[in-house]
Amino acid sequence: MTQQRVRFYQIGSYAAGNRLLDPDQGSVQADAQRTNSLNSGHRACQGCGEALGARYALDAVMRATGNQMVAVNATGCLEVFSTPYPETAWQVPWLHSLFGNAPAVATGVAAALKAKGRTGVRVVGQGGDGGTVDIGLACLSGMFERNDDVLYICYDNGGYMNTGVQRSGATPHAAATTTTPAVGPEPGNNFGQGKSLPLIAMAHRIPYVATATVADLRDLEYKAKRAMEFRGARYLHVLVPCPLGWRTASNQTIQIARLATETGIFPVFEAEDGEVVGVSKIRRRRPVSDYLEPQGRYAHLFGAAPREDVIARIQAEADRNVRSFGLVDPRCRSMEG
Amino acid sequence: MLKQIEGSRGVAEAVALCRPEVICAYPISPQTHIVEALSSLVKSGELAPCEFVNVESEFAAMSVAIGASATGARSYTATASQGLLYMAEPLYNASGLGLPIVMTVANRAIGAPINIWNDHSDSMSQRDSGWIQLYAETNQEALDLHIQAFRIAEELSLPVMVCMDGFVLTHAVERVDVPSAEQVDAFLPPYEPRQLLDPDDPISIGAMVGPDAFTEVRYLAHDKQMQALELIPAVAAGFRVAFGRESGGLVRPYRCEDAETIVVALGSVLGTIKDTVDELRDEGVKIGALGLTSFRPFPLDAVRTALAGARRVVVLERALAVGIGGIVAANVRMALSGISLHGYTVIAGLGGRAITKASLRRLFADAVADRLEPLTFLDLNRELVERELQRTRATRRSGPAAENLLRDLGAVGSRIG
Amino acid sequence: MSEASKHGPLPFAITLDVGSSLANKTGSWRTEVPAYVDRLPPCNDACPAGENIQQWLHHAEEAGYEAAWRQIMADNPFPAIMGRVCYRPCETACNRATLDEAVGINSVERFLGDEAIKQGWTVPVEAEPTGKQVLVVGAGPSGLAVAYHLTLLGHQVTVRDSCPEAGGMMRYGIPAYRLPRDVVDAEVQRIVDLGVRLELGTTVTDLEVALSSFDAVFLAVGAHVGRRADIPAGDSAHILDAVSVLAGLEEGEQPLLGRRVAVYGGGNTALDVARTARRLGATDAVVVYRRTRDRMPAHDLEVKEALEEGIRMRWLSTIAYAGAGQIKIEKMKLDETGFPQPTGEFEELAADSVVLALGQLSDLTLVENLEDVTIADGVVQVGKDLMTGHPGLFAGGDMVPSDRTVTVAIGHGKKAARSIDAWLRGTADERAARHELATYDRLNTWYYADAPATVRPRLDLARRITTFDEVTGGLDASTALFEARRCLSCGNCLECDNCFSVCPDNAVIKLGQGRYEIDLDFCKGCGLCAAECPSGAIEMFPERL
Repeated sequence: MTQQRVRFYQIGSYAAGNRLLDPDQGSVQADAQRTNSLNSGHRACQGCGEALGARYALDAVMRATGNQMVAVNATGCLEVFSTPYPETAWQVPWLHSLFGNAPAVATGVAAALKAKGRTGVRVVGQGGDGGTVDIGLACLSGMFERNDDVLYICYDNGGYMNTGVQRSGATPHAAATTTTPAVGPEPGNNFGQGKSLPLIAMAHRIPYVATATVADLRDLEYKAKRAMEFRGARYLHVLVPCPLGWRTASNQTIQIARLATETGIFPVFEAEDGEVVGVSKIRRRRPVSDYLEPQGRYAHLFGAAPREDVIARIQAEADRNVRSFGLVDPRCRSMEG
Repeated sequence: MLKQIEGSRGVAEAVALCRPEVICAYPISPQTHIVEALSSLVKSGELAPCEFVNVESEFAAMSVAIGASATGARSYTATASQGLLYMAEPLYNASGLGLPIVMTVANRAIGAPINIWNDHSDSMSQRDSGWIQLYAETNQEALDLHIQAFRIAEELSLPVMVCMDGFVLTHAVERVDVPSAEQVDAFLPPYEPRQLLDPDDPISIGAMVGPDAFTEVRYLAHDKQMQALELIPAVAAGFRVAFGRESGGLVRPYRCEDAETIVVALGSVLGTIKDTVDELRDEGVKIGALGLTSFRPFPLDAVRTALAGARRVVVLERALAVGIGGIVAANVRMALSGISLHGYTVIAGLGGRAITKASLRRLFADAVADRLEPLTFLDLNRELVERELQRTRATRRSGPAAENLLRDLGAVGSRIG
Repeated sequence: MSEASKHGPLPFAITLDVGSSLANKTGSWRTEVPAYVDRLPPCNDACPAGENIQQWLHHAEEAGYEAAWRQIMADNPFPAIMGRVCYRPCETACNRATLDEAVGINSVERFLGDEAIKQGWTVPVEAEPTGKQVLVVGAGPSGLAVAYHLTLLGHQVTVRDSCPEAGGMMRYGIPAYRLPRDVVDAEVQRIVDLGVRLELGTTVTDLEVALSSFDAVFLAVGAHVGRRADIPAGDSAHILDAVSVLAGLEEGEQPLLGRRVAVYGGGNTALDVARTARRLGATDAVVVYRRTRDRMPAHDLEVKEALEEGIRMRWLSTIAYAGAGQIKIEKMKLDETGFPQPTGEFEELAADSVVLALGQLSDLTLVENLEDVTIADGVVQVGKDLMTGHPGLFAGGDMVPSDRTVTVAIGHGKKAARSIDAWLRGTADERAARHELATYDRLNTWYYADAPATVRPRLDLARRITTFDEVTGGLDASTALFEARRCLSCGNCLECDNCFSVCPDNAVIKLGQGRYEIDLDFCKGCGLCAAECPSGAIEMFPERL
């Protein structure tokens, strides 16, 4: 990892702040003067991972750019819960156009800023996984391929939550949604592990691609900041658990995201020019069932007739991630740990 | 400066004179020559500061324009046909957000069957998209309308579509008067956006509006177009003063005074119509023509005034509202509400079929004699369609009618058998 | 439109001014509400001296060593001694032990105590003199502690002890290699310097007189009498008792133990005397104990150090006969209740002397004649306030029912001082109810960085078995800081800003100086702040209508 990690023995750099460190070594979120790009009064569900992830990311970008940022938002939960007339929760210049065009709109903003000589103002496009990996993919790929000066952030909660939890191209294998119900011989989503847009982004050889989760604030902020050190197309994929769609308690949002990384289900890494340059090692490796079982969308894999075969397949997927990304730290604790 | 150039080139030069800051385009015939020329001007630095974005679709093209316009950049794109349909969603979005984007539509038919030739099906399909639609009669007017379009768009904060007939105008080399940069600069002030994405003054553009205010939002959008009914002629008048020629405006009557028969049309066909009118006038027929330059907003009062004295109206249009007939005709009829006169709808020139003076002479003669059906398809190969209709009645087979027709014409017969 | 906006009128409804969402008070969604709580850290809970360990670690984490030391001094006047001889119930209870290794609380305490001695830090007496006179009998840890606390409360205290030096068992029981005497001297002197009258070599014989001339009396005579055992022994057997050996050594005597010493017993004193024997030249020191190691009352660390020093252990053994130069040992086995039973198997063991370390008794002659003082099981019975049945007569330390450790005795001193003060003032000593315990399961340990405990330097073995130099060294400033910062701050806010950061609704207000507040206008009650609080200092409560 190229990032400078502040190692500190008590709460180290894992918590948001640390009274024993200089304030400038704290996270952006620990700063009482943070932007609060997404302000109070928004209508996201209790414990919404996306609301959290968006504020984390945009506040970090605001810090990195000296508050010179414009945000473009795809249609989706984030847009709907933040801007129902007559109230907006955004405190940054923000534009919502359509579901599938946020990357292109962001390109337009960037082009306008360049034409106007305002290259100090940076552009962030953002959307959910549906807006990113499905309906917005063509625009996103175009933006990548042209290497437009846009950071695009996908808040991935693995489904179309705004419309009532339908399957998206990012819905993981076996997860139940309202269009992949937990019935029949192959209950839940029947294919793949969700489209890996980070890998697709890397295939465009854009300057910077990274993944992050709401469970590791410092890492997320580092990546948002790092992304702003590049010009050209950049992609940040943030895992944001959805209490509604994942059927978890509202206070589990961060814990579930943490389990996604600690099981190897969601590899956290960064890549430059299409090559992986850093990986967040797993600290305490856990079996995938630890991640799956607390989630209602996987309830059909447990209980009276447990689907060991499906769990094994998901475990194999996680093991593959661990292998191919080198996720395991040699000092890491065992699966049972 | 007078130049003998292709219509597309004329438009490109006019757009360049308007100092656009962001141009985005996706190739589709017959619009391509315009953006090719602009691309070259941007790439060479002649148009600086301007960004040319090669997008991956028309959907993206309009989206880029939306982002650019909201960031205060004068934004332009061009499209046609399927491309216009593919950008339908952002089209509505651009007008809904009130972004003064200017776009050229090089009018072309919509498939299936795929057809690259001219008619108005594309822009007509987007008549309710909230955009202002201006139709050019000549290459000179196409050129002039773009300059006026930026002025209108930015004054109202509404997008404007300049429609010009594909190939007929875009690819026709004619002499046009290209104004000087000084003239255009004097006519078109810099873009001052009504709302701007600016870190120093943040706002949220594109809120979700529910039942409590949606009707009001739409009413205000309509009202803006009503304001355009006054602005469009005012800008045209200003243009005449600045550039010394007639261009734009809402409607353009031709020899309508004392006319008993008036032919209503849009676009380049007006030239042939006027020639035919002249011939018929020479023969003593009291006939005139009414060109519609502004189709959205639709100038109800101007049309009514122009047509009020006539006995019959022939609306000739290059698009078909399948299942009912005329699109323009329906709008004209609205303008004539309460006035009793004969009305004929003529569908002509679909998919690039030539509208000849001879055909028009026959058509107008029938009209003047009130021998026309209420809905007429000009130069329809009646024998051909009858044969196909008979066959389908007989076999009820499914499949594309177009192929069957072509087989009958012998065009693919040798290959398909 | 916000005041800061520079733009003109915005398009109706579609475009909005920032700040407008604050009109939507999402607090009305809430069914549960978070609140900051203070829980009792297990270290504090376990400390017999009642130290607020977490609080002084908190100061030490910021390198606020003097503040940390003063926090200890509020409860315990012997940090340097504590940092050496305490058996560390705090570290046994420490939640970090479950995570990796317990925080080295004791080593930090020693660092602070030593630093205070080095820097000459003192505690000021700020209370107005009350004019009350208190007599303390016994200058051991509890006696000196009570004197210290009562002096700070404004009372005049006189401490009498029959020994020539103050310190009690800290001086006469614990060997110098565990507790150097200059440390004892320094911490005792600091108390004397507060204005305590120390009358050494003075034996109190008449309590009635004392009670009439003082407003209150605190007894802390300790337990200095070695328990005897009837071991069949030959005339020439050389049998000593451990208490006398250790005390005598302190008074300059050289006990004649011989080269081979058998120590009989399994407590800390047994190990102390065995290790002392080793230092005095015994080549073979054997501890004979009738049960197994895991049942040994001696502290595990002491056993470990003794073994390192070459002390041999005879588990499950009793001394059946002591003769000249040798003893006979009977092997034992544990019955189902864990009690050792003789097996009838015997074994000879060479021993020039046998030292008995079978426990200590209190000399209670002083109170035997007081009718209202109850003695049971060899100790004086006291109430919760440590007052005996006799009004104004209090007792603590080894002479009352309790664990006999220095730390417990110091705790008695603090507790008795409060009771005596209340009694002298005619008030009741009312303590706030204890907070709920900060258990490990309430922590979110993810946020704590991995950090193994710091190992204290230790004297090399050769010097350990030949001198009475201190075995265990202290931490330096950097290692003490590291160790202090390993504290998890169980049950209490450690100002990590997590709550402020993880709230999706920005409903935690950071007030600064380690204070936070829930913004009830916007808190939806999701519970993320509580779930992601590392130290378990936030709890969700049902919302009231």
